[in-house]
Amino acid sequence: MSTLSTVDESALPAARTNDDFGGKSGGRAFCDQAARVVMWVAFVVALIPLVWILGATLLKGGHMLLDIDWWTKSQSGITARREGGGAVHAIQGTLIQALVTALISVPIGVLTAVYLVEYGRGRLAKAVSFMVDILTGIPSIVAALFIYAMWVTTFGLQRLPIAVCLALTMLMIPTVVRSTEEMLKLVPNELREASYALGVPKWKTILRIVIPTSFSGIITGILLGLARVMGETAPLIILGPYTAVIATNLFDGLMPTLPTMIYQNYTENLQPAIDRTWGAALTLILIIFVLNIAGRLIGRFSKVKN
Amino acid sequence: MSSITGHSAIDELPSGDGRPPLDADKAGTGRLGDRIFGGLATGSGIFVIVLVSLVGVFLVIQAVPSLLNNNANFLTSREWVPSGADPRFGIVDLLWATVITSILAMAIAVPLGVSVALFITQYAPAWLSKPAATLVDLLAAVPSIVYGFWGLSVAGQYFDSVAKAIDAVLGWIPVFEFNGSPIAKSTLAFAGVILAIMILPIVTAISREVFAQVPTAHKEAALALGATKWEMIRTAVLPFGKPGVISAAMLGLGRALGETLAVTMLLSALNASAAFSLSIFGGGETFASRIANDAGEFDSAQKTGAYIAAGLVLFILTFIVNAAARVVIERRKAFSE
Repeated sequence: MSTLSTVDESALPAARTNDDFGGKSGGRAFCDQAARVVMWVAFVVALIPLVWILGATLLKGGHMLLDIDWWTKSQSGITARREGGGAVHAIQGTLIQALVTALISVPIGVLTAVYLVEYGRGRLAKAVSFMVDILTGIPSIVAALFIYAMWVTTFGLQRLPIAVCLALTMLMIPTVVRSTEEMLKLVPNELREASYALGVPKWKTILRIVIPTSFSGIITGILLGLARVMGETAPLIILGPYTAVIATNLFDGLMPTLPTMIYQNYTENLQPAIDRTWGAALTLILIIFVLNIAGRLIGRFSKVKN
Repeated sequence: MSSITGHSAIDELPSGDGRPPLDADKAGTGRLGDRIFGGLATGSGIFVIVLVSLVGVFLVIQAVPSLLNNNANFLTSREWVPSGADPRFGIVDLLWATVITSILAMAIAVPLGVSVALFITQYAPAWLSKPAATLVDLLAAVPSIVYGFWGLSVAGQYFDSVAKAIDAVLGWIPVFEFNGSPIAKSTLAFAGVILAIMILPIVTAISREVFAQVPTAHKEAALALGATKWEMIRTAVLPFGKPGVISAAMLGLGRALGETLAVTMLLSALNASAAFSLSIFGGGETFASRIANDAGEFDSAQKTGAYIAAGLVLFILTFIVNAAARVVIERRKAFSE
């Protein structure tokens, strides 16, 4: 490779005068040091928003979470002017929707990954892989519009919490497929061969050998995917309007969630509403971070090492 | 971690031990269990294909009638009156706002993300490398709506002086002209900055993965020839990682184009009569923010169709960007095998 020749011809004479053994010229040493400083600065700059956001939400919303009411009461009957009430309705809604989304997307996602790794060969597998990529790239608002176009405009149904789950499913499937696929690929072929040699059928090999071996990795992928869809707000705005009361029925009425609770109040100027918005933001961040960190910790115990 | 990006470095490498994968069909014995399980797996794969096709089909079917009724040119008009007897709507303003915010985000996030990735893989001391990577990944865990709220009520006020400083130095170029309306935190430029923060973890994660794969032999060869660390990075690490960085940038761009909430909360919409402005310190709406802003008003099929048409353009735009990223990755795969 010609580019590997790093000695700048013009720098040579200067280098010789500086040092008989051809050490670094001042210019090259300076560039090296400058690059080192730039990299450190870049890292620090990248951390500023993280620290700033976490600090701001903690400072402004932290006191809300210390109140027991926050975890036990809803906002039923409480106006923007009044303090009090809690976020349990929104927390509950977010968790229910995330759970249902996971229940729908995990089987589809894991099976698709199994197909891609264990069964898929040739054109169909290429097509599936390509479509998963496209699905990864679909903006959440487009997924929401699609569900709206199907659910409301074509079938004439109401905007229901279950429709939100369907939109979130579209966003979660590709993350589950990709992370599971990656984990399944790490399972050594020797394990499969050993199983086949003992006469175990392919499906049993996959269910009893391949998936258990990569289980913790798959769980990590699911938790990280879940963390991603929990913060998605665009489908909620289009399909799942906010309400201040506790609602647990996915097939009727509205279901409040933490993101819509923030969206409902973010333009308010009244202090109680502002406090509640920060509180909701902090709660949402906490839930997502817990999922994230749990996912990463479980990933550490993975049997298959990358 | 690929779970942030949905893109995996494994795709780019030959399978683990370098052998072709086991031939699937000979292991499946045609037993009932095999047929059921194989059928389920294949069915899920086909379901994904059908799902994506349905997205395209549904959006097109619902957009076409509205587009046919449209009395303005959809691609070049700046009007947005999607309902009534004389529907007139066009996307040129939306396209401009979407593209300019995303380009700004890229201009900030790609150099920064690549530097951070280089820091993590090449410069950071061993004890810092992993925690640093996790911290940057956590940026991706902050939900979009929190970025929007934070930008609006905390960080935005500081952008005013930044905008004024840029205006003072570069204000004679129309693109950088800042006249205080809308206020700095509601401009396209600030939306671009927030988008940059949001796509930074994506760019960093993918760049990090490829930089970590640079063969040690390449790096040691450069160092043995007397290169300084920076020269080693420039001559060994960066050329090896270039396709990865390009695909990282494309995937980041794809995310920035479709990002909804943060942009919706920040940007201030223009008046219908406002003159077109080239400035990044202008207001406007992106595809996603216009749809989100008006989500409560989808009352007639004609009106909904207009928004779906806008969504369709966004879908096509992200599709092209992501497909391009995919092509770059595929090329690299062919190269590394």
